[in-house]
Amino acid sequence: MSAASQDVATRNSIFVRAIIYVVLILFAIYYLLPLYVMVVNSLKPLDEIRQGNMLALPKQWTIAPWLSAWSTAQIGVQPVGLKPYFINSVLMVVPAVALSTILGALNGYVLTKWRFKGDNIVFGLMLLACFIPFQIVLIPSARILGLTGLAGTITGLVLIHAIYGLGFTTLFFRNYYEAFPTELVRAAQIDGASFFQIFRRILLPSSGPIIVVTVIWQFTNIWNDFLFGSSFSGFNSIPLTVALNNLVNSSTGVKEYNVHFAGAILAALPTLIVYIVSGRYFVRGLMAGAVKG
Amino acid sequence: MSFLKISNLYKNYGQVEILKDINIEIDKGGFLVLVGPSGCGKSTLLNTIAGLEPITSGEIAINGKSVAGLHPSKRDIAMVFQSYALYPNMTVAGNIAFGMEIRGVPKDERDKAIKQVSDILQIGHLLDRKPSQLSGGQRQRVAMGRALVRDPQVFLFDEPLSNLDAKLRVDMRTEIKRLHQRMKTTIVYVTHDQIEAMTLASKIAVLKDGILQQFGTPAEIYNSPANMFVADFMGSPAMNLLNCRLEGGAGSSLSVILDRPGDQPLALPIKLANGALGAYAGKEIIFGVRPEALTDPDGADRNAKSIAEGECLIEVVEPAGSDTFAVTKLGGKEVVARLRADAAIHAGQKTKLAFNLDKAVFFDPKSQLRIA
Ligand SMILES: Nc1ncnc2c1ncn2[C@@H]1O[C@H](COP(=O)(O)OP(=O)(O)O)[C@@H](O)[C@H]1O
Ligand SMILES: [Mg+2]
Repeated sequence: MSAASQDVATRNSIFVRAIIYVVLILFAIYYLLPLYVMVVNSLKPLDEIRQGNMLALPKQWTIAPWLSAWSTAQIGVQPVGLKPYFINSVLMVVPAVALSTILGALNGYVLTKWRFKGDNIVFGLMLLACFIPFQIVLIPSARILGLTGLAGTITGLVLIHAIYGLGFTTLFFRNYYEAFPTELVRAAQIDGASFFQIFRRILLPSSGPIIVVTVIWQFTNIWNDFLFGSSFSGFNSIPLTVALNNLVNSSTGVKEYNVHFAGAILAALPTLIVYIVSGRYFVRGLMAGAVKG
Repeated sequence: MSFLKISNLYKNYGQVEILKDINIEIDKGGFLVLVGPSGCGKSTLLNTIAGLEPITSGEIAINGKSVAGLHPSKRDIAMVFQSYALYPNMTVAGNIAFGMEIRGVPKDERDKAIKQVSDILQIGHLLDRKPSQLSGGQRQRVAMGRALVRDPQVFLFDEPLSNLDAKLRVDMRTEIKRLHQRMKTTIVYVTHDQIEAMTLASKIAVLKDGILQQFGTPAEIYNSPANMFVADFMGSPAMNLLNCRLEGGAGSSLSVILDRPGDQPLALPIKLANGALGAYAGKEIIFGVRPEALTDPDGADRNAKSIAEGECLIEVVEPAGSDTFAVTKLGGKEVVARLRADAAIHAGQKTKLAFNLDKAVFFDPKSQLRIA
């Protein structure tokens, strides 16, 4: 190949590269625009929003809408802000995620390393749980919560979310442990380790990536859930998503868009943080299942 | 009294019979090798001894006591796995001491035991490393260390050397033999490599398709294989198994008649034929002769009582340094002869070969069982 044509080739590849970057940047702007609008308008006084330009930067910066959304805004009939509901959500999400992850890991462990007659049928049924729509389980769940006296409590919500998530967490862990060498379990058996000792000392230490995947998955799903939250919560257990809806729909006086924007960002913040902190492991964990060895 | 005794053992996976009527016993301090092609059930048999797999019927007894229903950790065994199965999250020392830790052995005792074992295996400098930081040979040693530290009644080895490269494999083989001579603990050792089986074993059990083909000392297995499978499987290069006709009988002496391409059939008179062979006079049988029993006349065993010689057309000559292998054709098959390194032979020429008939074996072509 002559030097000239090589030159053309290089110039071509630079050109292609430039186009790719331009397209990528356009997409990034397109995706980030809503977030930009929310952030910008949550930092303006309400007057500025009413004047019309949603895309403009604030002329007068203020964090008052954030403070209001957090602690004084009218939610339904009470002027308490989102804070108590944020706490409700945390109290619901943390135990539900922990419970479903631990049980999913145990299920995966049993289904791959302590196989029993009909284990594949059990796994198939659990998989089916992943495909059952929320709406179908609403009424049976309500009935069970009523019978157990857990209706309207945070414990009840934890239970529903943990059980509903079990299909997914079991699927994740089973597929991960399927590739885990069974000889290690056998070696530990000969060493005299018990069922739980093998789980805790041999399997769990190697489960980092899949735990991250499961926790992110469960955290975002449960944190963002609206249907179970609005169906099963009582006066003292309303989660943040439902409260946000109440905030936006509170019909006293003017619509405080800046406060609504701030509240929406507050509600999304935890999932954002979880993704940013552990997103790298998330991808790695997903890959670990896909590519063996 | 036998120390490890397996009687009438059957093992099924669902409807499939994996092990069929296995009977094996080995004395205290013995070295039992289970050998056979891949998939024949060796690992399964070893796992049933370890208690990692339940058996369908039959009995396994260690030191006179049945181990039925005993948990693997209660059988007083230690196992080395083919993949080594080192706990990836623990250091070498942690791996070796894990069993003791579970049993609640105090820390200073554990450290003493780790020290002792790591001295024997020369892995003292590796104790703080994780398995992922070790070479294949080092991992193998650590796996051995984890077994040694238990000081069990029986060691179980599942193809411990098959993941090592050729040179290291030979070294470790010697080392395992040395360890056994020193500790005198009973060992059950699984391999698909017949050389490992011959060099290590005090008793060999040859398995095929879950059926015990033959159980005996290495010499018995090698010299008097029970059937054609064992004859072919044990020994390298493999035994020559040739179609031939048996002539004579009823008073006259017997001869083996082998067809040769482009020549008269070769007749080998058998001087010391036993009675069983006589019944096959006039019939087609399989004549088995190992390459080292088929030599140049000068290289033939001087103590052999029955040697027959015959001219054979050499097709290929393969000098191997210590010996020269020659390929000829008899009874319609290629035959490997093992000659002295400096034997004067050339491909395409006829050469006189000596058959050591003391070492020859005969098989029934239908049942494949040995006649004599
Ligand atoms: N868990 C199992 N379920 C069904 N079949 C099995 C199982 N484990 C092994 N087998 C079968 O048993 C036979 C013997 O296996 P194995 O003992 O591992 O052979 P090897 O002699 O190579 O060690 C093989 O045919 C294998 O397919
Ligand atoms: Mg095997």
